Amino acid sequence: MDIPYTVELRRDTGLTNGKIGIWLFLASEVMLFGALFASYILIRAGAPSWPRGDTFLNVPLATLNTIVLISSSVTMVMAWASLMRRRFGTFRIYMGGTILLGLVFLVVKYFEYSHKFHDGLFPSTNNFLAIYFTLTGLHGLHVFGGMVVNAYFWGPGSKLWKTNPEWFTNRVEHSGLFWHFVDLVWIFLFPTLYLL
Amino acid sequence: MTQPAAVAPPKSHAAHEAHHEELGFWRKYVFSTDHKVIGIQYAVTGLLFLLFGFSLIMLLRWQLAYPEAALPLFGTLLGEARMPGGVMLPEFYNELGAMHGTIMVFLGVVPLAVGGFGNFVLPLQIGAPDMAFPRINMVSYQAFFLGGVTMLTSFFVPGGAAQSGWTSYTPLADIATTGQTMWLIGMVFLITSSLLGAINFITTTIQLRAKGLAFMRFPFFVWAQFVTAFLLLLAFPPLEAAATMQLMDRLAGTSFFLPSGLVVSGQVLQVAGGGNPLLWQHLFWFLAHPEVYVLILPGMGIVAEIIANNTRKPLWGYRSMVYSLVFLGFMSFIVWAHHMFMTGMGTAMAAFFQTTTMIISIPSVVILTALIISLWGGSIRFNTPMLFAVAFLPMFGIGGLTGLPLGLNVADIPLHDTWYVIAHFHYVVAPGTLFALFAGLYYWFPKATGRKMNETLGKIHFFGSLVFMNVVFMPMFIVGLAGVSRRLFDGGAIYAFAQPVLHWNVVSSWGAWMLAIFQIPFIFNFFWSIWKGEKTDENPWQATTIEWSAPSPPPHGNFLVAPEAYRGPYEYSVPGATKDFMLQCEARDQAVAAPV
Repeated sequence: MDIPYTVELRRDTGLTNGKIGIWLFLASEVMLFGALFASYILIRAGAPSWPRGDTFLNVPLATLNTIVLISSSVTMVMAWASLMRRRFGTFRIYMGGTILLGLVFLVVKYFEYSHKFHDGLFPSTNNFLAIYFTLTGLHGLHVFGGMVVNAYFWGPGSKLWKTNPEWFTNRVEHSGLFWHFVDLVWIFLFPTLYLL
Repeated sequence: MTQPAAVAPPKSHAAHEAHHEELGFWRKYVFSTDHKVIGIQYAVTGLLFLLFGFSLIMLLRWQLAYPEAALPLFGTLLGEARMPGGVMLPEFYNELGAMHGTIMVFLGVVPLAVGGFGNFVLPLQIGAPDMAFPRINMVSYQAFFLGGVTMLTSFFVPGGAAQSGWTSYTPLADIATTGQTMWLIGMVFLITSSLLGAINFITTTIQLRAKGLAFMRFPFFVWAQFVTAFLLLLAFPPLEAAATMQLMDRLAGTSFFLPSGLVVSGQVLQVAGGGNPLLWQHLFWFLAHPEVYVLILPGMGIVAEIIANNTRKPLWGYRSMVYSLVFLGFMSFIVWAHHMFMTGMGTAMAAFFQTTTMIISIPSVVILTALIISLWGGSIRFNTPMLFAVAFLPMFGIGGLTGLPLGLNVADIPLHDTWYVIAHFHYVVAPGTLFALFAGLYYWFPKATGRKMNETLGKIHFFGSLVFMNVVFMPMFIVGLAGVSRRLFDGGAIYAFAQPVLHWNVVSSWGAWMLAIFQIPFIFNFFWSIWKGEKTDENPWQATTIEWSAPSPPPHGNFLVAPEAYRGPYEYSVPGATKDFMLQCEARDQAVAAPV
């Protein structure tokens, strides 16, 4: 049995099921990260002293990562736009670029983490590092999750393009919405943890 | 009847049906994507967990009634680590209390009310062929199941299951035994399950409702599930964040919830410190207060359906009920700190939250009043579902009214953490929500199986449960008003002030054990009726909502013809009509004809 409105729009809502689903999911993600940011504010406000981000963290490296992640959002949009123009080959290139940029982000993050561990800076060292590792760790998991989904659409999932291109385009769009959200979380994380 | 354009052409539909027949046992009953099978999976698992959680508390009630006495029969079976010589250790008392709460709320009531009834009834009531995301639905059940398994496994790890209360307050929970880590991991699974479920419910309600089914034509049950889904969607993630931080505290040695200079067993804890124990409480109750409404709203939805059906009358004040429900949903996010009056968070905070708490009682009263007025002038059929639904009203009323003193800062201080609190919220959830859920089970059982449950056994179950629910919980008000704390593992036996009320603990405990005996007719009835119950047609209660136009049990895809809604949900006893109910999906000119 086929579920209606996976591809075609429902007339009175003007939406597909997937579009509503992904926005609801993002709403719950806002609450997840919102709670963590609120905890950060509460703990920082209650602390007698709080280190500036650059005491422990590498700002140039994080700036590089910010650029990487924003670029990946651009390639993500280009991937989706290629599908809208019915250019599958270009989609493959841009989607591949998005995945690679995500990978670059995680590799940079890995070097940041291992450098901290090498210096004897752990989540248990102080509350600044605790919130730093928790927030960036959770964000890293989201980046990884987004990469898995994107890789699926780049590889095996792209078979759907041949049978149902509209549906495939919708799915890439939803994956893109998630990717932009992950990007947006970083845009908040970067100044909060590194600069303030 | 015209078909909406969205319905698949008959040919491919038939082809798919043929394909469906090939599904093996595993795909059909275990890894099913059909919302009805998933709903039943949720409901049965939820019922089993309710029974298990109830067993835990029956054990605990022995200790409260007869502290320091050896429990006959079962006492020695539970091992020297928990009950040496059959006498309960305080640690085991804590374990039972914490896990009773966790299991009843997260593994019993919510899965049954939302996962079970929501999954099974909601798509049928809105005339949908299935949930919007069937595979996500399946994953949601699997995540719930894994969460349940994790919680059960935690009883066997060193130190036993979680002992820090179902609220897992820090810093105690941060330094508790391994069981607490299992509790947190289990919760992450349960939260994931709820999130996936909530996304599915909201999308399904918005997108897959039948043609003509405007929001104000929704049965009240659909509204209740819809609002509940928003609460689950937005309130659970902060607990996930909190659980992550508590896991970090326990596993990575962080100090989110550990203040500086914390002394444990006479020694200063070697941690970075600087954390905030109250932060956990804020994050926990930010979930757990909306969670209270997650527990009660589906119950109200079920009761509304059954009352309209058995009074043969439209609900009184349907619109006000819906507006109240939505308002309740919004307000439930800004009342959480009324659980925290004792924490010293300050009078300004307390004043704010006591005000919002008083405001939120208004919509609850509106809904309850509308349901009571709905009874007025009806020719009421007292079948088993209706008995449970009617009993819900005063029982929930008691629960609600006794909550008012707890919502006021000054009155809460002497009552906080006493048995009064336990009595209050159990009146809301046990004879309240559970009665509604029983009502729903008896009411929708014919839709799921094509057979009715036995009425006589149902009435024995009802009257026994009604009497003994009150025997269990009414004495707790007395014990609580005397000031006895729920955390005392001997029920207050060593305190002089508790002596005049101690005998009520015995009454309460015997009430619980008798209540268990009166669940036996239900359990027997449930299984017996699946195979031997009285066969029924698709609409045994002469109800109006769309699910009753589908065959019983509904086939894969639910409806033979995609239904279309022509009117509101409760068109009972319409003047001039040939019968006293009109199905929502029945065109007016077909009123006399046999249902589709």
